[in-house]
Amino acid sequence: MTLSFEDFPPGRFGTFGPRRVTREEVLAFAAEYDPQPMHLDEEAAARSMLGGLSASGWHLCSIMMRMMCDGFIGRTASLGSPGVNELRWLAPLRPGDDITLDMDVVEARVSRSRPETGIVTFRAVVRNAAGQELCEMISPVIVRRRAAVTSGQAG
Amino acid sequence: MRFFEDIEIGQRREIGSFTFTADAIKTFATQFDPQRFHLDEEAGRQSLFGGLAASGWHVGSVCMKLLVADGQSQAREAAARGEEIAIWGPSPGFRELRWIKPVLAGDTISFTSEVESLRISEKRPEWGIVQGRHTGTNQRGELVYSLLATAFVPRRNPNS
Repeated sequence: MTLSFEDFPPGRFGTFGPRRVTREEVLAFAAEYDPQPMHLDEEAAARSMLGGLSASGWHLCSIMMRMMCDGFIGRTASLGSPGVNELRWLAPLRPGDDITLDMDVVEARVSRSRPETGIVTFRAVVRNAAGQELCEMISPVIVRRRAAVTSGQAG
Repeated sequence: MRFFEDIEIGQRREIGSFTFTADAIKTFATQFDPQRFHLDEEAGRQSLFGGLAASGWHVGSVCMKLLVADGQSQAREAAARGEEIAIWGPSPGFRELRWIKPVLAGDTISFTSEVESLRISEKRPEWGIVQGRHTGTNQRGELVYSLLATAFVPRRNPNS
């Protein structure tokens, strides 16, 4: 069943993962999008503020998006997101770690300009296998309301 | 890369441009954001985006790619002048990321970066903290992307 705006009341929505992040994918993403030594080179990374090889923050964000897609966005009448209010990288993501994603709805309101849709603002927190918070994001997603979904309205 | 002391509020750099081909959009989306409007032209046309649209995380990652390339080219120029090269630290995060308009297949986005604030880290006084507004503009001059990013930048003279 497709999830609609009404399926996202404020409160805990769900926990997704764990997802293993391999060294190979950390290096591949960094080589293409963020080739700074702290993401590519073991020795340079050890000397950096991060104290060892770590994934690009943009890689972590992209993996978080994939976990959201697999977890619920793929079966949600989502129309996309206008942006991210705030994102904090709190601790480095190390190659080989297993990450989980906690999603909370912090606000859900009907759109004034497009009343067949609602705006669901999520708080997403990624943790590593040790339970340490790696990343926190506050971001709104536009979701169709149930009446629009069941009537098959294009949007 | 520049040291904290070399940076001034209002400094603006053109950091490069990137053309989002349909192939590149689908490759990124297949791996990280497999929503239909990022994978299929027809689904894109029927969506709010009005065409095959790049994942917002693809746009942000490309902006990062160009920022790093620009920093590395500045570092090479500084090295050629015999100057010391600053190695920037990581970013603690960002605010106000706005995907203002869709980036559609074939669009060329030009990115700029402008310094908005400067301060010295209280916890790590050998580092400065720079906030910069990164923006992306398409080939029609429309603003499509904006982000207020934060980064740790090394100080040349931490004791001054």
